[in-house]
Amino acid sequence: MTTWEIVVGLETHVQLKTRSKMFSPAPTAFGAKPNTQAHPIDLALPGVLPSPNLGAIDCAIRFGLAVGGEIARRSVFARKNYFYPDLPKGYQISQFELPVVAGGSLSFCLSDGSERTVQLTRAHLEEDAGKSVHEGLAGLAPQTSGIDLNRAGTPLLEIVTEPVMRSAQEAAAYARALHGLVTWMDICDGNLQEGSFRCDANVSVRPKGSEAFGTRCEIKNINSFRFLERAIEYEAARQIELIESGGQVRQETRLFDPDRDETRSMRSKEDAHDYRYFPDPDLPTLLIDEKTIDQVRQSMPILPEQARLKLMEQFGLSAQDADLVAASREALSFFQKTVEALPGLEPTKTAKLVANWMAADLSTFLNRSEGLGYGEAPVTPLLLASLLQRLEDGTISSKIARELFAQLWQDPKQTVDGLIESQGLRQVQDTGQIDGWVAEVISANPKMVDEYKAGKDKALNAMVGQVMKKSQGKANPSAVTQALKSKLDA
Amino acid sequence: MEFRFSPLSELRRALDSGMVSVEELAQDYLAALKNEPFGASLAVAPELTLKQARYCQNLLEKTPPDQRSPLLGLPVIHKDVFVTTGWPTTAGSKILENYQSPFNAQAVDQLESAGMVCLGKANCDEFAMGSTNEHSAYKPARNPWDTSRIPGGSSGGSAVAVAAGLAPAATGTDTGGSIRQPAAMCGITGIKPTYGRVSRWGLVAYASSLDQAGPMARTAQDCAWMLSAMAGFDPKDSTSLNEPSEDFARLLGKPMTDAASTEQPLRGLRLGMPSQYFSNQISPAVAKALEAALQVLRGLGAETLEVDLPRTELSLPAYYVIAPAEASSNLSRFDGVRYGHRSEKATDLESLYCLSRTEAFGPEVRRRILLGSYVLSHGYYDAYYLQAQKVRRLVAMDFDRAFEHCDFIVGPVSPVTAWRLGDSPALEAAKDNPLLAEYLSDVFTLGASLSGLPAMSMPCGFESTAGGHRLPVGLQLIGPRFEEAKMLALADHFQLATNFHEQTPDFSGAQS
Repeated sequence: MTTWEIVVGLETHVQLKTRSKMFSPAPTAFGAKPNTQAHPIDLALPGVLPSPNLGAIDCAIRFGLAVGGEIARRSVFARKNYFYPDLPKGYQISQFELPVVAGGSLSFCLSDGSERTVQLTRAHLEEDAGKSVHEGLAGLAPQTSGIDLNRAGTPLLEIVTEPVMRSAQEAAAYARALHGLVTWMDICDGNLQEGSFRCDANVSVRPKGSEAFGTRCEIKNINSFRFLERAIEYEAARQIELIESGGQVRQETRLFDPDRDETRSMRSKEDAHDYRYFPDPDLPTLLIDEKTIDQVRQSMPILPEQARLKLMEQFGLSAQDADLVAASREALSFFQKTVEALPGLEPTKTAKLVANWMAADLSTFLNRSEGLGYGEAPVTPLLLASLLQRLEDGTISSKIARELFAQLWQDPKQTVDGLIESQGLRQVQDTGQIDGWVAEVISANPKMVDEYKAGKDKALNAMVGQVMKKSQGKANPSAVTQALKSKLDA
Repeated sequence: MEFRFSPLSELRRALDSGMVSVEELAQDYLAALKNEPFGASLAVAPELTLKQARYCQNLLEKTPPDQRSPLLGLPVIHKDVFVTTGWPTTAGSKILENYQSPFNAQAVDQLESAGMVCLGKANCDEFAMGSTNEHSAYKPARNPWDTSRIPGGSSGGSAVAVAAGLAPAATGTDTGGSIRQPAAMCGITGIKPTYGRVSRWGLVAYASSLDQAGPMARTAQDCAWMLSAMAGFDPKDSTSLNEPSEDFARLLGKPMTDAASTEQPLRGLRLGMPSQYFSNQISPAVAKALEAALQVLRGLGAETLEVDLPRTELSLPAYYVIAPAEASSNLSRFDGVRYGHRSEKATDLESLYCLSRTEAFGPEVRRRILLGSYVLSHGYYDAYYLQAQKVRRLVAMDFDRAFEHCDFIVGPVSPVTAWRLGDSPALEAAKDNPLLAEYLSDVFTLGASLSGLPAMSMPCGFESTAGGHRLPVGLQLIGPRFEEAKMLALADHFQLATNFHEQTPDFSGAQS
């Protein structure tokens, strides 16, 4: 039986994080009342002309530099002509023959830890279309469709890969890495639900070892990594089954239906539009000079890959911890600010401590507070640092520290020292008091004492626990262990 | 009324001396526009015009004469492809019947800021496609020198309004000759500036890489005043030239070279006569008027020499590929979805598009959309569109080379004078093909359009017809990029030495 190989290439539409649209001064904010953010340019009224948004062009340069692509010194806006009600001009302004970014690549890890690099073909600037609205049109007759042009003209960067991915998992991992990169670079808000990041997947299959590509199908407009993976899996399986049962794959555009977990044909190649691309005569050749590129380069943040390496080298973090800390610029910034606020400690020790807290308590609380990023966490880096300071100097135990973290999350106006004082949480170092509790526990648990003396270490732990309970968590656990041992071994 | 045929400079004096008020002047022209028999206008709104007039009169009274804009209080009519908030804008098409723009064209705003009072909107060929004004969806415009004849196009209504004294000045747009050709046929002066001089913001687009707005008036001086107000960098138009504003009247009346004198103000000026323009393609009457005009120019000291524009004939096919290609895309927005005509017979999306557009676009517009869609189609793009772009560059190179030998190029605007409505120009090369003949008659104006060069037309003589009419002949001047001021000074010298531009049609019979 033939072993099949899946071939995937992705085209991703990344909505650029600009205040105004690609060619008009209308705002790009999501969720406004229909057609309230449509300038005459977006409505394609007679006599309007497009003016390119320099901010969007900067975003494209940032992306190009981040993936090591070639920034075109000359690129051309072209018109892609077709009729559709959500396309007011009857053409979309895009880039065709000369895109703003050529080549580049993106590296990322798969879940098994293996590394992949995906070659990019190009990235080009274009404008988004509006939306057709078929439901919830109050006051209009049934069967009526509405057009909302708020999204029309929103700047997009379309990022196209070579057909180099070989599994649905790899494609999804690429998409996640790209999503991570564009949000890291701050050129996209990354909001999947609002359509800020949408993928089209080109999928084909071929017998393993074959050079020639199979006929591909394009699955349009997927805005979830999970759906992307499922859509590619379904589509590849569909194509394999079709070929094995003697059929042929037809080149076509398909849609993924997540409810039924299948792709459906939208239009075949024969129905494909002739877009009659030609250079937009309203827009001169886009010239990008060295100075502009240099300026953008100066303003670039450290790249995620560089940040990861730096964390491992400079702070001795493990690969896993470094991944977590460099997952986003917000996380990295949170980490850096916290570490900086803890100057007295040995750097690698501090880094490990902060990374541990970010991985555990901070992540747990952020996950519980839907949609909150590191930047919005009520426990700020300074607050966390003051908490860790008290943990490290032995003022409080780690158990108390975690309780305090929860309290601070609820009421960040409190101070760590204030809470410690008002609740009497200072760790007990007083050996006299500890010795008293130890004596009480030993006399109350003769059975445990016997077990300990018979060589069972568990019994010791149980007694430590009892002493801690008596101290309401305030005793220093190692001091308790030592006191117990010296009493029992005496 | 006494001022109807006065140039702007005379009206300026009349206003400044208090001989007439801005409102009276506007009222006179409004009265002339009412029920005029030439089909010159598509929309008037007297109350709005008079409101603007009163505002300007007030401003005029508050401003010392030496601080007044030269255009303050002077009336103008805008070609109906300039969008206006006060008057509907149809571009001569049914698809935009009653369309009301929420903003003004940039050139309209700039003329208004300079104090011009808008009289209304002038008739034109539908979407500026045509050379006769017969392609207006509303009515043809008629040539005031002989109302059985076309005024030329596409800015026909603008030319008629000025020639017939319905407005002292007008705006026009020129894509392949649409200012120059009607100016020539109606005996007025009009200039298409360097591409990018005047903002295209608010022009209903025909062919974006060629469209350029300009003034049409009685004299070169009037045009210079108006162009100074219309031109200027506009960030809303990415193809607008980022040049400082200019006073295009600054060289008027001055000697044109170091060698020049008062008697011979053009001495040392070299005028190139392209052999391709002075061929047997032009009618004897046009040739005769041109030769007489050249004699005048020589008399003023200019040197004339032959230059070569070998790609002149190729500019025709290049233009009729590029302009329709851009038009096919520019006119896609007229789809019946958001504004404009929507078919009542539509049953689904496809029929909404097909019926709305078929019902409301005229035959010439449909023809150019089809032609343009075809040349951009997959498999034809390289052979037509790309090839035409290459020819376009060659045509421009011809001019660059010619300007190494001369300062300006002189020649005909149109090979013939105005022909009869329903007829076509009598051209040997297109004897049995009236459509081709209309296209062919643009051959002398297309080169400057394809090359983005400033070019103008001014009256240089008349052809007398058997019917007893005099038909104006225009002289075309083509200059290097940015040389409008000098070109207007050249035209002004010619007009100081001649009186062709002062002639008015005798249409007492046609008067309402």
